[in-house]
Amino acid sequence: MVQTAATILLLPLLAFVLIVFVTRKNQPLSAWLSIIAMGLSALQAIFLVLPFVMSGGTDHYEWQWLRLLPNGVTQGAPEGFLRLGIGVDALAAIMLVVVTSVSFLVQVYSRSYMIEHGHRDPGYSRFFAYLSLFTFSMLVVVLANNLLFLFIGWELVGLCSYLLIGFWFDRTARRGVHLLPPWVAAKKAFLTTRVGDVGFLIGLIVLWNRGGTLQLDELFAQVEHQTGSLFQASLLGQPVIFWACLCLFAGAVGKSGQFPLHVWLPDAMEGPTPVSALIHAATMVAAGVYLVARTYPLFEASHGALTVVAVIGGFTAIFAATMGLASNDIKRVLAYSTVSQLGYMMLALGAGSLAAGMFHLFTHAFFKALLFLAAGSVIHAVGTNDIGEMGGLRKFMPRTYFTMAIGGLSLAGFPFFSGFWSKDDVLVATANGGGPLLLAFALITVFLTAFYTFRMFFLTFHGQFRGPVEAAIDTHGHPAEIDAETHSAGLHESDFWMTGPLIILAIPAVVIGFWGSPFGNHGFQRLLEGNAFVETSVNLPLAAVSSVLAIAGIGTAWLVYGTRAYVSEPLLRFGALYRIVNRRYYIDEFYMWLIDKVVIGAGYALAIFDRQVLDRIVNGIAAAFAVGGRALRTSQTGRVQNYGLVLFGGMAVIAVVVVLVPLVRP
Amino acid sequence: MIALSPDLGRVILQLVLWLPLVGALVVALIGNGRSATLTGEAPLVTSRAWRWATGFAAITFILAAWLFLGFDTSHASNYQFETRLSWLPFGSDYRIGVDGLSMPLVALNALLSLSAIAGSWRITTRQSTYFSLFLILESAVFGVFTASDLFLFFLFWELELIPMFLIIGIWGGARREYAAFKFILYTVAGSAFMLVGIFLIAYFGPRPLTFGIPEIAQFNFSQYGTGIASLGGLAFILLFIGFAVKVPVFPFHTWLPDAHVEAPTAGSVMLAGVLLKMGGYGLLRLCVTLLPQAAHDWQWLLIILAVVNSIYGALVALAQTDLKKMIANSSISHMGYVILGIAALTQVGFHGALLVMLAHGLYSGLLFSMVGLVYDRTHTREVSAMSGLAARMPFIATVFMLAGLASLGLPGLAGFVAEFTTFIGAYGVFPLATILCVCTIAITAGYILWRLGAVLFGPLSPEWATLGDAIWRERIAVGMLAAATLLIGVVPSVVADMSAGGVAPIANAVAQGGQR
Repeated sequence: MVQTAATILLLPLLAFVLIVFVTRKNQPLSAWLSIIAMGLSALQAIFLVLPFVMSGGTDHYEWQWLRLLPNGVTQGAPEGFLRLGIGVDALAAIMLVVVTSVSFLVQVYSRSYMIEHGHRDPGYSRFFAYLSLFTFSMLVVVLANNLLFLFIGWELVGLCSYLLIGFWFDRTARRGVHLLPPWVAAKKAFLTTRVGDVGFLIGLIVLWNRGGTLQLDELFAQVEHQTGSLFQASLLGQPVIFWACLCLFAGAVGKSGQFPLHVWLPDAMEGPTPVSALIHAATMVAAGVYLVARTYPLFEASHGALTVVAVIGGFTAIFAATMGLASNDIKRVLAYSTVSQLGYMMLALGAGSLAAGMFHLFTHAFFKALLFLAAGSVIHAVGTNDIGEMGGLRKFMPRTYFTMAIGGLSLAGFPFFSGFWSKDDVLVATANGGGPLLLAFALITVFLTAFYTFRMFFLTFHGQFRGPVEAAIDTHGHPAEIDAETHSAGLHESDFWMTGPLIILAIPAVVIGFWGSPFGNHGFQRLLEGNAFVETSVNLPLAAVSSVLAIAGIGTAWLVYGTRAYVSEPLLRFGALYRIVNRRYYIDEFYMWLIDKVVIGAGYALAIFDRQVLDRIVNGIAAAFAVGGRALRTSQTGRVQNYGLVLFGGMAVIAVVVVLVPLVRP
Repeated sequence: MIALSPDLGRVILQLVLWLPLVGALVVALIGNGRSATLTGEAPLVTSRAWRWATGFAAITFILAAWLFLGFDTSHASNYQFETRLSWLPFGSDYRIGVDGLSMPLVALNALLSLSAIAGSWRITTRQSTYFSLFLILESAVFGVFTASDLFLFFLFWELELIPMFLIIGIWGGARREYAAFKFILYTVAGSAFMLVGIFLIAYFGPRPLTFGIPEIAQFNFSQYGTGIASLGGLAFILLFIGFAVKVPVFPFHTWLPDAHVEAPTAGSVMLAGVLLKMGGYGLLRLCVTLLPQAAHDWQWLLIILAVVNSIYGALVALAQTDLKKMIANSSISHMGYVILGIAALTQVGFHGALLVMLAHGLYSGLLFSMVGLVYDRTHTREVSAMSGLAARMPFIATVFMLAGLASLGLPGLAGFVAEFTTFIGAYGVFPLATILCVCTIAITAGYILWRLGAVLFGPLSPEWATLGDAIWRERIAVGMLAAATLLIGVVPSVVADMSAGGVAPIANAVAQGGQR
């Protein structure tokens, strides 16, 4: 089965290489190459790998990557090689299905989305090459059974995210307050996640040195009995494993946009919308959650680390949800919801339930990809991200409207949609292992999520169209203002290539949650936890409370935004509070100050020190010697050639001596 | 990987060492082959001097590659293809050979010299002198990496200075004379210390008097006492100063940004790519190998300097708006990792240091080449003067980014392999210093993405709207370096198999030195 996994892994890489070196001049062919490779990977993941793990199978393969010790030497390193490896188990298979299937649908969707006014984007082939490279990298993260290989994939997805956020690298910032040009947003994303990745890297270094391996199964075997070198007390009296887990978690915080490294994700929305759907909603940002899940036995070995995970997750969930209330950018609302939902997943993991966290990741991938693709369909039609300039779109875009409603209900946790089941699992896990405060956070977040999701939904699809009039009536003209991500050919439903993936994604957004529900006999959890699965009794009161909160949120949104014309933002009455939330609590400003004034400021100060002080001191010492050499001044003609001649002459003399001495030697 | 008989290998190694010098003579004799143009804009035709020099460099590279592939990696700790001729009466022989420590560096020098020479086709003044000097430089560097006799080593070390001095001084930028003199004075001053160190070692070393590195490595200098004030400690610091200037190590680094900024592109490529590695090589081959006990005694200094170098270099790089200055300071920062690996005094640390030297040789050479290609077109290196160049130069932008990503340690490229090995090797010895150095990778990512992004991305200003992308001969010159960076990043075993063996004797010496 590991051969199949390798095929799944290498197909997108092959597509990337072929597009870059062979087919990049042929845009349609490049797209097809990428789509077909992805389709084949998805089919194998669903029909070969998934049945294999459902019947209890696992498989793995390792190889020696980097030699540390020469042959015959055993001292100096825990092992002679750094190894890499891939493995197939239930956890990997679930992610494999999510990544390949969502990737495939997003690529199909992109085939039309990246065509503007009948013209393919100049970077059309490049776009598909990047998407293929991304999928390959993500599959490395998913399949790695070794932390080093996981880290390699981890950094490569970061690179692809950078390349894809900055895909339109020559564009300036869109109109609007505090928006960044795409390449700056890309840089911000890379650097913010890099801060977390420094932690991840330190984690690897610590584990290799103290645990002697980066192979996951070997590390798990070491922590099984709560003894050994990883449990020695270190900094602040905590065991090594605690710090190692925190380091790993730092990487996860960066990648999954958790507080305090959440700042990059909203700006990542400057990339093309299919990218937002695939990378910044369904797959890459979930990699942080996956990392914690993948290394879960390590976290379980350190209660303190799990607590940190739960607190960061719970806080991020409610914190990001509040920011979702105060944004009028359709994609940013979804981005905040992503951060918030990822917080839920972390909360569940931290509260002790691997299955709940992964189940929410699983359902979220489908309904959030759906929401983003639907938002892309809207943006493609109206040419703006601003929900203030939308409204009434349900008349023009019935399929988008319908599918987005499904996605929204699933996100809000409306009873019996996919998101409901998984969110319920998260709440149960929090109630069992997270304590009352985190449970309160999680429940408030349910209400907030339902409210801001449907605020966005009603403003987009209900009421009257508020955008430029010509856009609403003219199906062929181009409005005067061309927006950054404009597709302003009037209001129309998107074509089949775009709505098709929406309809397909709507199906799992409704039904896939049943797999992990009591009605599905907790199939998902059984698959993931295997023999360790313990059936818990259904927590009916909690499910009822969360349902009521979700419905109340939707209802409130309807009362505030659905029943009257949107003239000014009703939330403005909260005044300063609204402004603070709207400006994301000024955290971005604080970080900018920190980087500009402290880090770069230190750089400038040191640069001046380097040139004006240090260099002068060293030159001064040289000058002091030169004073002693005044007698030789006449020889200093200042011509480089003369100096060169002298040096050459000197060397020649040395050379002659060196050659002659042995000859004259008796 | 391929069978190579010792006799043939010996001949090839001598050819690799001396062929560039023969080429230098030939190129000097055939002349420029084309009069310098008056227009100032470099024409697309190439000079005869360029073609011949490139030919010699290419043949040398092929021979070096043959040697590289024929090298027996299972005996990488031993000198191979060794030639030994009796030479000077006072115990110095002509001894040339390669082991796992020097073989990768020989290959690096061959590759970078070819790339630098091939990429210099735009030079319009005194081509034959220019290319001769580069070929002399190539031979001299080969000599440094292959000599197993201290005196011979020192001769090659000094021989390398002259061509570089002239390259900066004649074909450099506006302040070329200042930079050239600063370069040579710093290095010569360092060399003076080194020479005293060498004489001390030889004088107090084994009897009968010998300059042979393998023989001296067997000698126990701690019989003269231990500690930094002992003979070994003194010799160590004298040698160290000579190499520290070259690496360069704070506070002897200030010649480097000047030399880089003023040097022509190919000069910068050789300077950053190969010449700095001579310093790291010297530290490993002489300081640590010959004086393992002193290395223990001075370990604290190495650690401090490693941390200072990497953080200081990175922060200063952050403040540079001239691309060459930024990369020069970035080199200082990355050389800090080399010192870190060496300071660990363990097998994995030494191995990491060697890998960082190789990786940095490739990507810093590539970075300087790319700055050169951009400069050839825009005639500026000032970040704020450029914007959105990627739209006009997709190839240059792609390779520039690749080099930058290698520099910031992206997995899949050579930099990550090297840095990771260094960090895991150093952490076990000094965790805090290692963590401080790891943190600099975030700063590195900052200045690389910030400055490269500002130059390549954003809207294209009309001023640059007519610029063209790299032409084929430029693509090949930089493509080789890019391919090598990628290859080592993906399949590090191409060098790690021999480099792991190459540093093993040093690690052994240190392990024994610590006990006696």
